[in-house]
Amino acid sequence: MSQPDSAVADAQAGGGAPESMAALAARHGLRRAIARPTLPAYLRQLWTRRHFILTYATSRNVSKYSESALGQLWQVLTPLLNAAVYWLMFGVILGQSKHIDNYPAFLITGVMVFTFTQRTVISGAKSVSSNLSLIRALHFPRASLPLAYAVQELQQLAWSMGVLVALILVTREPITWLWLLIPVSLALQMIFNIGASLFMARVGAFVRDTNQLLPFITRTWLYASGVFYSITERTANLPQVLRWALEFNPAAAYIEFMRDLLIYQRFPERWAWITCVFWAVFALIVGFWYFWRAEERYGRG
Amino acid sequence: MAELTKESSHVAQEESPAPKPPKTPKPSETPAPPAQELGTPTVIVDNLHIVYKVYGAATDAQKGNAANALMRVLRRQGRPQMKEVHAVKGVSFVARHGEAIGIVGRNGSGKSTLLRAIAGLLPPHKGAVYTDGQPSLLGVNAALMKELTGERNIVLGCYAMGMSPNELREKYDEIVDFSGIGEFVQFPMSTYSSGMGARLRFAISSAKTHDVLLIDEALATGDREFKKRSQKRIKQMRESAGTVFLVAHNLDVIEETCSRVIWLHKGKIKMDGDPTEVLAAYNKA
Repeated sequence: MSQPDSAVADAQAGGGAPESMAALAARHGLRRAIARPTLPAYLRQLWTRRHFILTYATSRNVSKYSESALGQLWQVLTPLLNAAVYWLMFGVILGQSKHIDNYPAFLITGVMVFTFTQRTVISGAKSVSSNLSLIRALHFPRASLPLAYAVQELQQLAWSMGVLVALILVTREPITWLWLLIPVSLALQMIFNIGASLFMARVGAFVRDTNQLLPFITRTWLYASGVFYSITERTANLPQVLRWALEFNPAAAYIEFMRDLLIYQRFPERWAWITCVFWAVFALIVGFWYFWRAEERYGRG
Repeated sequence: MAELTKESSHVAQEESPAPKPPKTPKPSETPAPPAQELGTPTVIVDNLHIVYKVYGAATDAQKGNAANALMRVLRRQGRPQMKEVHAVKGVSFVARHGEAIGIVGRNGSGKSTLLRAIAGLLPPHKGAVYTDGQPSLLGVNAALMKELTGERNIVLGCYAMGMSPNELREKYDEIVDFSGIGEFVQFPMSTYSSGMGARLRFAISSAKTHDVLLIDEALATGDREFKKRSQKRIKQMRESAGTVFLVAHNLDVIEETCSRVIWLHKGKIKMDGDPTEVLAAYNKA
Protein backbone atom coordinates (compact mmCIF):
# COMPACT_ATOMS: atom_id res chain seq x y z
CA MET A 1 0.00 0.00 0.00
CA SER A 2 2.97 2.22 0.26
CA GLN A 3 3.68 2.10 -3.44
CA PRO A 4 1.21 4.71 -4.64
CA ASP A 5 2.16 6.99 -1.79
CA SER A 6 5.81 6.89 -2.54
CA ALA A 7 5.04 7.51 -6.18
CA VAL A 8 3.21 10.62 -5.09
CA ALA A 9 6.11 11.57 -2.91
CA ASP A 10 8.51 11.12 -5.78
CA ALA A 11 6.37 13.19 -8.05
CA GLN A 12 6.21 15.89 -5.45
CA ALA A 13 9.91 15.79 -4.94
CA GLY A 14 10.50 16.77 -8.53
CA GLY A 15 9.72 13.63 -10.45
CA GLY A 16 13.40 12.92 -11.17
CA ALA A 17 14.81 9.44 -11.27
CA PRO A 18 14.56 7.99 -7.76
CA GLU A 19 17.86 7.87 -6.00
CA SER A 20 18.53 5.03 -3.62
CA MET A 21 19.37 5.81 -0.03
CA ALA A 22 22.77 4.25 -0.45
CA ALA A 23 23.53 6.42 -3.45
CA LEU A 24 22.38 9.51 -1.58
CA ALA A 25 24.66 8.55 1.26
CA ALA A 26 27.57 8.02 -1.08
CA ARG A 27 26.97 11.35 -2.80
CA HIS A 28 27.25 13.18 0.50
CA GLY A 29 30.14 11.17 1.78
CA LEU A 30 28.27 9.48 4.61
CA ARG A 31 29.58 6.19 5.90
CA ARG A 32 28.00 3.21 7.54
CA ALA A 33 27.87 3.62 11.26
CA ILE A 34 29.19 0.19 12.03
CA ALA A 35 32.47 -0.80 10.59
CA ARG A 36 35.40 -2.45 12.28
CA PRO A 37 38.52 -0.27 12.20
CA THR A 38 41.73 -1.71 10.85
CA LEU A 39 44.05 -3.20 13.43
CA PRO A 40 46.53 -0.25 13.45
CA ALA A 41 43.66 2.24 13.70
CA TYR A 42 42.18 0.15 16.49
CA LEU A 43 45.45 0.23 18.40
CA ARG A 44 45.64 4.00 17.98
CA GLN A 45 42.09 4.38 19.31
CA LEU A 46 42.99 2.19 22.23
CA TRP A 47 46.01 4.34 22.97
CA THR A 48 43.92 7.52 23.04
CA ARG A 49 41.65 5.77 25.55
CA ARG A 50 44.47 4.98 27.99
CA HIS A 51 43.20 7.52 30.53
CA PHE A 52 39.79 5.91 30.52
CA ILE A 53 41.30 2.46 30.98
CA LEU A 54 43.38 3.57 33.96
CA THR A 55 40.59 5.57 35.58
CA TYR A 56 38.08 2.81 35.08
CA ALA A 57 40.41 0.29 36.70
CA THR A 58 41.15 2.52 39.69
CA SER A 59 37.50 3.43 40.12
CA ARG A 60 36.45 -0.19 40.13
CA ASN A 61 39.07 -0.96 42.75
CA VAL A 62 37.94 1.92 44.93
CA SER A 63 34.26 1.09 44.64
CA LYS A 64 34.85 -2.62 45.18
CA TYR A 65 35.64 -2.26 48.86
CA SER A 66 33.66 0.89 49.58
CA GLU A 67 30.86 -1.07 51.23
CA SER A 68 33.03 -2.90 53.75
CA ALA A 69 34.08 -1.47 57.09
CA LEU A 70 37.78 -2.12 56.61
CA GLY A 71 37.70 -0.59 53.13
CA GLN A 72 40.94 -0.62 51.18
CA LEU A 73 42.61 -2.69 53.89
CA TRP A 74 41.05 -5.70 52.20
CA GLN A 75 43.46 -5.28 49.32
CA VAL A 76 46.16 -6.48 51.74
CA LEU A 77 44.03 -8.77 53.85
CA THR A 78 42.69 -10.84 50.97
CA PRO A 79 46.04 -12.16 49.73
CA LEU A 80 47.25 -12.61 53.31
CA LEU A 81 44.20 -14.70 54.26
CA ASN A 82 44.47 -16.69 51.05
CA ALA A 83 48.05 -17.61 51.81
CA ALA A 84 47.12 -18.49 55.39
CA VAL A 85 44.38 -20.89 54.23
CA TYR A 86 46.62 -22.68 51.75
CA TRP A 87 49.45 -22.90 54.27
CA LEU A 88 47.10 -24.46 56.81
CA MET A 89 45.79 -26.97 54.26
CA PHE A 90 48.91 -28.01 52.42
CA GLY A 91 51.68 -27.08 54.81
CA VAL A 92 50.24 -28.22 58.13
CA ILE A 93 47.49 -30.75 57.41
CA LEU A 94 48.84 -32.43 54.29
CA GLY A 95 52.44 -32.06 55.38
CA GLN A 96 53.98 -30.87 52.13
CA SER A 97 56.41 -28.77 54.16
CA LYS A 98 58.48 -31.88 54.91
CA HIS A 99 59.49 -32.20 51.24
CA ILE A 100 60.22 -28.58 50.47
CA ASP A 101 62.53 -26.13 52.17
CA ASN A 102 60.97 -22.89 53.32
CA TYR A 103 57.53 -24.14 52.36
CA PRO A 104 55.65 -20.93 53.39
CA ALA A 105 57.67 -18.83 50.96
CA PHE A 106 57.37 -21.51 48.24
CA LEU A 107 53.62 -21.74 48.68
CA ILE A 108 52.85 -18.04 48.95
CA THR A 109 54.88 -17.20 45.87
CA GLY A 110 52.96 -19.83 43.94
CA VAL A 111 49.59 -18.69 45.22
CA MET A 112 50.17 -15.02 44.50
CA VAL A 113 51.56 -15.52 41.02
CA PHE A 114 48.85 -17.98 40.06
CA THR A 115 46.06 -15.90 41.54
CA PHE A 116 47.18 -12.95 39.45
CA THR A 117 46.64 -14.87 36.22
CA GLN A 118 43.54 -16.69 37.43
CA ARG A 119 41.75 -13.55 38.54
CA THR A 120 42.66 -11.65 35.40
CA VAL A 121 41.32 -14.43 33.18
CA ILE A 122 38.10 -14.86 35.15
CA SER A 123 37.36 -11.15 35.32
CA GLY A 124 38.37 -10.73 31.68
CA ALA A 125 35.78 -13.31 30.69
CA LYS A 126 33.12 -11.19 32.37
CA SER A 127 34.42 -7.83 31.19
CA VAL A 128 32.28 -7.59 28.06
CA SER A 129 29.21 -9.50 29.17
CA SER A 130 28.81 -7.56 32.41
CA ASN A 131 29.26 -4.15 30.77
CA LEU A 132 26.61 -4.42 28.08
CA SER A 133 24.91 -1.21 29.14
CA LEU A 134 28.18 0.67 28.82
CA ILE A 135 28.86 -0.90 25.43
CA ARG A 136 25.40 0.04 24.25
CA ALA A 137 25.74 3.62 25.42
CA LEU A 138 29.20 4.82 24.48
CA HIS A 139 31.76 4.50 21.76
CA PHE A 140 35.15 3.20 22.65
CA PRO A 141 37.36 0.36 21.50
CA ARG A 142 35.85 -2.59 23.33
CA ALA A 143 39.26 -3.97 24.22
CA SER A 144 39.40 -1.15 26.78
CA LEU A 145 37.22 -3.26 29.06
CA PRO A 146 39.34 -6.41 29.37
CA LEU A 147 42.39 -4.15 29.52
CA ALA A 148 40.88 -2.13 32.36
CA TYR A 149 40.05 -5.32 34.23
CA ALA A 150 43.62 -6.54 33.75
CA VAL A 151 45.00 -3.24 35.03
CA GLN A 152 42.67 -3.50 38.02
CA GLU A 153 44.13 -6.91 38.85
CA LEU A 154 47.63 -5.50 38.42
CA GLN A 155 46.83 -2.83 40.99
CA GLN A 156 45.60 -5.52 43.36
CA LEU A 157 48.76 -7.47 42.72
CA ALA A 158 50.88 -4.52 43.84
CA TRP A 159 49.46 -5.05 47.34
CA SER A 160 49.91 -8.80 47.15
CA MET A 161 53.52 -8.33 46.12
CA GLY A 162 54.08 -6.12 49.14
CA VAL A 163 52.71 -8.86 51.36
CA LEU A 164 54.75 -11.47 49.52
CA VAL A 165 58.02 -9.57 49.87
CA ALA A 166 57.37 -8.95 53.56
CA LEU A 167 56.72 -12.66 54.13
CA ILE A 168 59.79 -13.67 52.15
CA LEU A 169 61.89 -11.40 54.34
CA VAL A 170 60.25 -12.77 57.47
CA THR A 171 61.23 -16.30 56.39
CA ARG A 172 64.85 -15.03 56.26
CA GLU A 173 65.46 -15.20 52.54
CA PRO A 174 68.12 -12.64 51.62
CA ILE A 175 67.60 -9.71 49.29
CA THR A 176 69.70 -10.22 46.17
CA TRP A 177 70.31 -8.34 42.93
CA LEU A 178 67.99 -10.90 41.31
CA TRP A 179 65.10 -8.98 42.83
CA LEU A 180 65.69 -6.40 40.12
CA LEU A 181 64.22 -8.94 37.71
CA ILE A 182 60.88 -9.12 39.55
CA PRO A 183 59.33 -6.34 37.43
CA VAL A 184 60.49 -8.17 34.30
CA SER A 185 58.80 -11.34 35.44
CA LEU A 186 55.60 -9.48 36.32
CA ALA A 187 55.62 -7.59 33.04
CA LEU A 188 55.85 -10.82 31.05
CA GLN A 189 53.07 -12.33 33.10
CA MET A 190 50.95 -9.21 32.71
CA ILE A 191 51.33 -9.36 28.92
CA PHE A 192 50.28 -13.00 28.99
CA ASN A 193 47.31 -12.13 31.23
CA ILE A 194 46.17 -9.36 28.88
CA GLY A 195 46.27 -11.71 25.92
CA ALA A 196 44.47 -14.50 27.76
CA SER A 197 41.78 -12.21 29.12
CA LEU A 198 41.17 -10.62 25.69
CA PHE A 199 40.67 -14.10 24.34
CA MET A 200 38.35 -15.08 27.17
CA ALA A 201 36.47 -11.78 26.92
CA ARG A 202 35.30 -12.67 23.43
CA VAL A 203 34.47 -16.23 24.45
CA GLY A 204 32.60 -14.98 27.52
CA ALA A 205 30.69 -12.41 25.48
CA PHE A 206 29.19 -14.97 23.13
CA VAL A 207 29.20 -18.22 25.08
CA ARG A 208 27.12 -17.39 28.09
CA ASP A 209 27.95 -20.48 30.08
CA THR A 210 31.63 -19.57 30.21
CA ASN A 211 31.35 -17.84 33.53
CA GLN A 212 29.83 -20.94 35.13
CA LEU A 213 32.46 -23.23 33.70
CA LEU A 214 35.55 -21.13 34.14
CA PRO A 215 36.06 -21.60 37.90
CA PHE A 216 36.40 -25.37 37.37
CA ILE A 217 38.86 -24.93 34.56
CA THR A 218 41.03 -22.51 36.49
CA ARG A 219 40.93 -24.77 39.55
CA THR A 220 42.16 -27.70 37.51
CA TRP A 221 44.83 -25.41 36.14
CA LEU A 222 45.75 -24.44 39.70
CA TYR A 223 46.32 -28.06 40.72
CA ALA A 224 48.35 -28.73 37.59
CA SER A 225 50.61 -25.73 37.98
CA GLY A 226 52.76 -26.81 40.90
CA VAL A 227 51.49 -24.20 43.28
CA PHE A 228 51.46 -26.57 46.27
CA TYR A 229 54.10 -29.03 45.20
CA SER A 230 57.29 -29.07 43.19
CA ILE A 231 56.62 -30.30 39.66
CA THR A 232 60.14 -31.59 39.14
CA GLU A 233 60.07 -33.74 42.26
CA ARG A 234 56.50 -34.97 42.05
CA THR A 235 56.66 -35.94 38.38
CA ALA A 236 59.99 -37.76 38.46
CA ASN A 237 58.27 -41.05 37.53
CA LEU A 238 56.06 -39.67 34.79
CA PRO A 239 56.88 -39.94 31.07
CA GLN A 240 59.11 -37.20 29.74
CA VAL A 241 56.40 -35.76 27.46
CA LEU A 242 54.00 -35.25 30.36
CA ARG A 243 56.65 -33.57 32.49
CA TRP A 244 57.54 -31.35 29.62
CA ALA A 245 53.89 -30.41 29.12
CA LEU A 246 53.43 -29.61 32.82
CA GLU A 247 56.49 -27.39 32.87
CA PHE A 248 55.56 -25.67 29.63
CA ASN A 249 52.25 -24.65 31.22
CA PRO A 250 52.40 -20.83 31.34
CA ALA A 251 51.24 -20.54 34.95
CA ALA A 252 53.88 -23.02 36.10
CA ALA A 253 56.52 -21.20 34.08
CA TYR A 254 55.75 -17.80 35.65
CA ILE A 255 55.60 -19.35 39.12
CA GLU A 256 58.95 -21.07 38.75
CA PHE A 257 60.48 -17.91 37.32
CA MET A 258 59.41 -15.95 40.38
CA ARG A 259 60.57 -18.67 42.77
CA ASP A 260 63.98 -18.64 41.11
CA LEU A 261 64.27 -14.95 41.83
CA LEU A 262 62.83 -14.87 45.34
CA ILE A 263 63.64 -18.20 46.93
CA TYR A 264 66.24 -20.23 45.05
CA GLN A 265 68.36 -17.16 44.34
CA ARG A 266 69.39 -18.26 40.91
CA PHE A 267 69.21 -16.68 37.51
CA PRO A 268 66.33 -18.38 35.61
CA GLU A 269 67.49 -20.88 33.03
CA ARG A 270 67.33 -20.19 29.36
CA TRP A 271 64.43 -22.64 29.06
CA ALA A 272 62.41 -20.65 31.60
CA TRP A 273 63.10 -17.40 29.77
CA ILE A 274 62.03 -18.87 26.44
CA THR A 275 58.81 -20.28 27.89
CA CYS A 276 57.84 -17.06 29.64
CA VAL A 277 58.58 -14.81 26.67
CA PHE A 278 56.93 -17.20 24.23
CA TRP A 279 53.66 -17.32 26.20
CA ALA A 280 53.57 -13.55 26.63
CA VAL A 281 54.05 -12.83 22.91
CA PHE A 282 51.85 -15.68 21.73
CA ALA A 283 48.93 -14.84 24.05
CA LEU A 284 49.06 -11.14 23.30
CA ILE A 285 49.03 -11.54 19.52
CA VAL A 286 46.40 -14.29 19.41
CA GLY A 287 44.22 -12.71 22.11
CA PHE A 288 44.28 -9.30 20.54
CA TRP A 289 43.59 -10.50 17.05
CA TYR A 290 40.79 -12.77 18.20
CA PHE A 291 39.13 -10.04 20.24
CA TRP A 292 39.43 -7.43 17.51
CA ARG A 293 37.83 -9.70 14.90
CA ALA A 294 34.47 -9.46 16.70
CA GLU A 295 34.76 -5.77 17.64
CA GLU A 296 31.54 -4.64 15.92
CA ARG A 297 29.48 -7.52 17.33
CA TYR A 298 29.94 -6.91 21.05
CA GLY A 299 26.79 -5.71 22.74
CA ARG A 300 24.46 -7.22 20.22
CA GLY A 301 22.80 -9.48 22.73
CA MET B 1 -3.57 0.38 10.88
CA ALA B 2 -6.62 2.45 10.06
CA GLU B 3 -4.83 5.53 11.20
CA LEU B 4 -2.10 5.10 8.70
CA THR B 5 -1.99 8.30 6.77
CA LYS B 6 -0.10 9.22 3.68
CA GLU B 7 3.03 9.40 5.83
CA SER B 8 3.01 5.65 5.97
CA SER B 9 5.09 5.71 2.82
CA HIS B 10 8.07 5.99 5.12
CA VAL B 11 7.43 2.58 6.50
CA ALA B 12 9.12 -0.09 4.52
CA GLN B 13 6.58 -2.86 4.50
CA GLU B 14 7.95 -6.10 5.74
CA GLU B 15 5.74 -8.13 3.43
CA SER B 16 7.33 -6.54 0.39
CA PRO B 17 11.06 -6.77 0.81
CA ALA B 18 11.49 -6.11 -2.91
CA PRO B 19 13.22 -2.80 -3.38
CA LYS B 20 10.46 -0.33 -3.50
CA PRO B 21 11.05 2.90 -5.35
CA PRO B 22 12.96 5.01 -2.88
CA LYS B 23 11.99 8.57 -2.63
CA THR B 24 13.68 11.77 -1.83
CA PRO B 25 13.28 12.09 1.89
CA LYS B 26 11.60 14.92 3.64
CA PRO B 27 9.22 15.41 0.81
CA SER B 28 7.08 18.48 0.61
CA GLU B 29 4.10 16.52 1.85
CA THR B 30 4.68 18.03 5.24
CA PRO B 31 4.15 21.73 5.47
CA ALA B 32 7.68 22.32 6.67
CA PRO B 33 8.58 25.82 7.71
CA PRO B 34 9.60 27.45 4.45
CA ALA B 35 12.50 29.16 6.17
CA GLN B 36 14.17 25.78 6.58
CA GLU B 37 16.29 25.03 3.56
CA LEU B 38 17.13 21.41 2.95
CA GLY B 39 20.52 21.02 4.56
CA THR B 40 23.01 18.37 3.60
CA PRO B 41 22.13 14.94 4.94
CA THR B 42 23.89 14.00 8.17
CA VAL B 43 22.14 10.73 9.00
CA ILE B 44 20.52 8.39 6.50
CA VAL B 45 18.60 5.42 7.85
CA ASP B 46 17.84 2.96 5.09
CA ASN B 47 15.25 0.24 5.73
CA LEU B 48 16.71 -0.51 9.14
CA HIS B 49 15.84 -3.66 11.05
CA ILE B 50 17.16 -4.31 14.53
CA VAL B 51 16.74 -7.67 16.20
CA TYR B 52 17.64 -8.14 19.82
CA LYS B 53 18.34 -11.36 21.61
CA VAL B 54 16.89 -11.27 25.09
CA TYR B 55 17.86 -13.75 27.74
CA GLY B 56 15.77 -14.78 30.68
CA ALA B 57 12.50 -13.61 29.16
CA ALA B 58 10.71 -16.91 29.49
CA THR B 59 7.07 -17.14 30.42
CA ASP B 60 6.10 -19.23 33.41
CA ALA B 61 5.00 -22.12 31.23
CA GLN B 62 8.38 -22.27 29.51
CA LYS B 63 10.43 -22.18 32.67
CA GLY B 64 11.57 -25.59 33.66
CA ASN B 65 13.70 -27.43 36.08
CA ALA B 66 17.14 -28.89 35.50
CA ALA B 67 15.70 -32.08 33.99
CA ASN B 68 13.77 -30.15 31.37
CA ALA B 69 16.85 -28.13 30.57
CA LEU B 70 18.79 -31.37 30.04
CA MET B 71 16.10 -32.72 27.73
CA ARG B 72 16.25 -29.56 25.70
CA VAL B 73 19.98 -29.93 25.31
CA LEU B 74 19.56 -33.55 24.26
CA ARG B 75 16.85 -32.67 21.76
CA ARG B 76 18.99 -29.80 20.51
CA GLN B 77 16.34 -27.23 21.14
CA GLY B 78 17.26 -23.65 21.84
CA ARG B 79 16.91 -22.13 25.24
CA PRO B 80 13.35 -20.98 25.70
CA GLN B 81 14.65 -18.06 27.72
CA MET B 82 16.33 -16.74 24.61
CA LYS B 83 13.84 -14.65 22.76
CA GLU B 84 14.33 -12.57 19.69
CA VAL B 85 12.81 -9.14 19.80
CA HIS B 86 12.29 -7.40 16.50
CA ALA B 87 12.55 -3.90 17.91
CA VAL B 88 12.91 -1.81 14.74
CA LYS B 89 11.16 -3.03 11.61
CA GLY B 90 12.19 -1.29 8.46
CA VAL B 91 12.64 2.36 9.32
CA SER B 92 13.87 4.79 6.67
CA PHE B 93 14.44 8.53 6.87
CA VAL B 94 16.99 11.19 6.15
CA ALA B 95 18.08 13.71 8.76
CA ARG B 96 19.66 16.91 7.62
CA HIS B 97 21.94 19.59 8.96
CA GLY B 98 20.26 21.93 11.43
CA GLU B 99 17.35 19.68 12.22
CA ALA B 100 16.26 18.78 15.71
CA ILE B 101 14.25 15.62 15.44
CA GLY B 102 12.02 14.48 18.24
CA ILE B 103 11.13 10.81 18.44
CA VAL B 104 7.89 9.93 20.17
CA GLY B 105 6.14 6.66 20.76
CA ARG B 106 4.91 4.43 23.53
CA ASN B 107 7.17 2.39 25.76
CA GLY B 108 8.72 -0.39 23.76
CA SER B 109 8.11 1.21 20.39
CA GLY B 110 11.81 1.04 19.57
CA LYS B 111 12.80 4.64 20.23
CA SER B 112 15.90 3.98 22.28
CA THR B 113 16.89 1.09 20.05
CA LEU B 114 16.68 3.36 17.01
CA LEU B 115 18.92 5.92 18.70
CA ARG B 116 21.47 3.29 19.59
CA ALA B 117 21.47 2.01 16.05
CA ILE B 118 22.07 5.52 14.72
CA ALA B 119 24.92 5.86 17.18
CA GLY B 120 26.39 2.70 15.71
CA LEU B 121 26.10 0.86 18.99
CA LEU B 122 23.69 -1.80 17.77
CA PRO B 123 24.49 -3.58 14.55
CA PRO B 124 21.64 -3.61 12.01
CA HIS B 125 20.02 -6.93 11.31
CA LYS B 126 19.10 -5.67 7.87
CA GLY B 127 19.41 -2.32 6.17
CA ALA B 128 21.96 0.31 7.05
CA VAL B 129 22.64 3.56 8.83
CA TYR B 130 24.87 6.07 7.08
CA THR B 131 26.28 8.92 9.10
CA ASP B 132 28.50 11.93 8.73
CA GLY B 133 31.07 11.77 11.48
CA GLN B 134 30.41 9.97 14.72
CA PRO B 135 26.96 10.41 16.25
CA SER B 136 27.17 10.26 20.01
CA LEU B 137 24.58 9.27 22.50
CA LEU B 138 24.14 11.73 25.31
CA GLY B 139 24.27 9.14 28.00
CA VAL B 140 27.22 8.54 30.21
CA ASN B 141 25.19 6.95 33.00
CA ALA B 142 26.44 3.44 32.36
CA ALA B 143 30.03 4.44 33.04
CA LEU B 144 29.37 6.06 36.39
CA MET B 145 29.64 4.24 39.71
CA LYS B 146 27.33 5.24 42.48
CA GLU B 147 29.75 4.25 45.24
CA LEU B 148 32.23 6.85 44.05
CA THR B 149 32.29 10.56 44.76
CA GLY B 150 30.92 13.07 42.30
CA GLU B 151 34.47 14.25 41.61
CA ARG B 152 35.66 10.82 40.60
CA ASN B 153 32.56 10.25 38.52
CA ILE B 154 33.14 13.46 36.59
CA VAL B 155 36.65 12.31 35.75
CA LEU B 156 35.48 8.82 34.89
CA GLY B 157 32.56 10.03 32.78
CA CYS B 158 34.64 12.52 30.82
CA TYR B 159 37.27 9.93 30.03
CA ALA B 160 34.56 7.44 29.08
CA MET B 161 33.28 9.93 26.53
CA GLY B 162 36.78 10.14 25.12
CA MET B 163 38.03 13.44 26.52
CA SER B 164 41.71 14.11 26.98
CA PRO B 165 43.11 15.19 30.36
CA ASN B 166 43.40 18.77 29.03
CA GLU B 167 39.76 18.87 27.98
CA LEU B 168 38.83 17.44 31.37
CA ARG B 169 40.71 20.19 33.21
CA GLU B 170 38.99 22.80 31.08
CA LYS B 171 35.51 21.39 31.59
CA TYR B 172 35.68 20.22 35.19
CA ASP B 173 34.60 23.45 36.90
CA GLU B 174 31.97 24.09 34.28
CA ILE B 175 30.45 20.67 34.93
CA VAL B 176 30.33 21.24 38.69
CA ASP B 177 28.81 24.71 38.22
CA PHE B 178 26.24 23.56 35.71
CA SER B 179 25.11 20.63 37.82
CA GLY B 180 24.69 22.97 40.77
CA ILE B 181 25.39 20.23 43.31
CA GLY B 182 27.96 22.35 45.14
CA GLU B 183 29.93 20.66 47.89
CA PHE B 184 28.08 17.41 47.35
CA VAL B 185 30.59 16.76 44.62
CA GLN B 186 32.84 15.32 47.33
CA PHE B 187 30.27 12.79 48.50
CA PRO B 188 29.49 9.43 46.91
CA MET B 189 26.77 9.56 44.30
CA SER B 190 24.76 7.02 46.28
CA THR B 191 24.05 9.77 48.80
CA TYR B 192 22.53 12.07 46.15
CA SER B 193 18.85 12.69 45.69
CA SER B 194 17.52 11.45 42.36
CA GLY B 195 17.35 15.01 41.06
CA MET B 196 20.95 15.74 42.01
CA GLY B 197 22.13 12.56 40.35
CA ALA B 198 20.24 13.37 37.17
CA ARG B 199 21.68 16.89 37.13
CA LEU B 200 25.23 15.66 37.52
CA ARG B 201 24.75 13.04 34.80
CA PHE B 202 23.33 15.57 32.40
CA ALA B 203 26.11 18.04 33.20
CA ILE B 204 28.77 15.41 32.51
CA SER B 205 27.29 14.05 29.34
CA SER B 206 26.53 17.46 27.84
CA ALA B 207 30.06 18.72 28.42
CA LYS B 208 31.33 17.39 25.13
CA THR B 209 30.57 18.82 21.70
CA HIS B 210 29.21 16.48 19.06
CA ASP B 211 28.51 16.38 15.33
CA VAL B 212 25.30 14.45 15.64
CA LEU B 213 23.81 14.33 19.07
CA LEU B 214 21.36 11.73 20.34
CA ILE B 215 19.52 12.51 23.57
CA ASP B 216 17.55 9.81 25.32
CA GLU B 217 15.27 11.01 28.10
CA ALA B 218 17.85 13.37 29.51
CA LEU B 219 15.35 15.93 30.70
CA ALA B 220 13.05 13.70 32.69
CA THR B 221 14.22 14.87 36.09
CA GLY B 222 15.50 17.94 37.80
CA ASP B 223 13.64 20.94 39.15
CA ARG B 224 12.13 23.68 37.01
CA GLU B 225 15.16 25.88 37.08
CA PHE B 226 17.46 23.08 36.01
CA LYS B 227 15.05 22.09 33.26
CA LYS B 228 15.27 25.58 31.84
CA ARG B 229 19.03 25.56 31.99
CA SER B 230 19.27 22.18 30.34
CA GLN B 231 16.91 23.21 27.56
CA LYS B 232 19.13 26.18 26.89
CA ARG B 233 22.11 23.87 26.84
CA ILE B 234 20.37 21.61 24.34
CA LYS B 235 19.62 24.57 22.10
CA GLN B 236 23.28 25.53 22.19
CA MET B 237 24.29 21.99 21.41
CA ARG B 238 21.84 21.90 18.54
CA GLU B 239 23.38 25.02 17.07
CA SER B 240 26.87 23.62 17.30
CA ALA B 241 25.99 20.01 16.60
CA GLY B 242 24.19 20.15 13.31
CA THR B 243 21.62 17.49 14.02
CA VAL B 244 20.00 16.58 17.30
CA PHE B 245 17.76 13.60 17.98
CA LEU B 246 15.66 13.77 21.10
CA VAL B 247 13.66 11.00 22.71
CA ALA B 248 11.32 12.13 25.46
CA HIS B 249 7.99 11.25 26.96
CA ASN B 250 7.51 14.86 27.91
CA LEU B 251 5.85 16.21 24.76
CA ASP B 252 6.27 19.85 25.80
CA VAL B 253 10.02 19.47 25.60
CA ILE B 254 9.74 18.01 22.12
CA GLU B 255 7.40 20.72 20.95
CA GLU B 256 9.70 23.44 22.25
CA THR B 257 12.99 22.08 20.97
CA CYS B 258 12.28 20.11 17.82
CA SER B 259 11.76 21.10 14.22
CA ARG B 260 10.54 17.70 13.12
CA VAL B 261 8.94 14.76 14.89
CA ILE B 262 9.02 11.08 14.07
CA TRP B 263 6.33 8.91 15.61
CA LEU B 264 7.40 5.33 16.09
CA HIS B 265 4.81 2.65 16.66
CA LYS B 266 5.77 -0.98 17.20
CA GLY B 267 9.06 -0.49 15.45
CA LYS B 268 7.73 1.32 12.40
CA ILE B 269 7.37 4.95 11.52
CA LYS B 270 3.74 5.91 11.82
CA MET B 271 4.19 9.54 11.06
CA ASP B 272 7.02 11.90 10.24
CA GLY B 273 6.79 15.62 9.87
CA ASP B 274 5.95 18.93 11.45
CA PRO B 275 5.89 18.81 15.28
CA THR B 276 2.45 20.34 15.84
CA GLU B 277 0.82 18.09 13.28
CA VAL B 278 2.46 14.85 14.43
CA LEU B 279 2.03 15.59 18.12
CA ALA B 280 -1.62 16.39 17.61
CA ALA B 281 -2.14 13.04 15.90
CA TYR B 282 -0.07 11.29 18.56
CA ASN B 283 -2.14 12.82 21.35
CA LYS B 284 -5.33 11.67 19.69
CA ALA B 285 -4.12 8.08 19.35
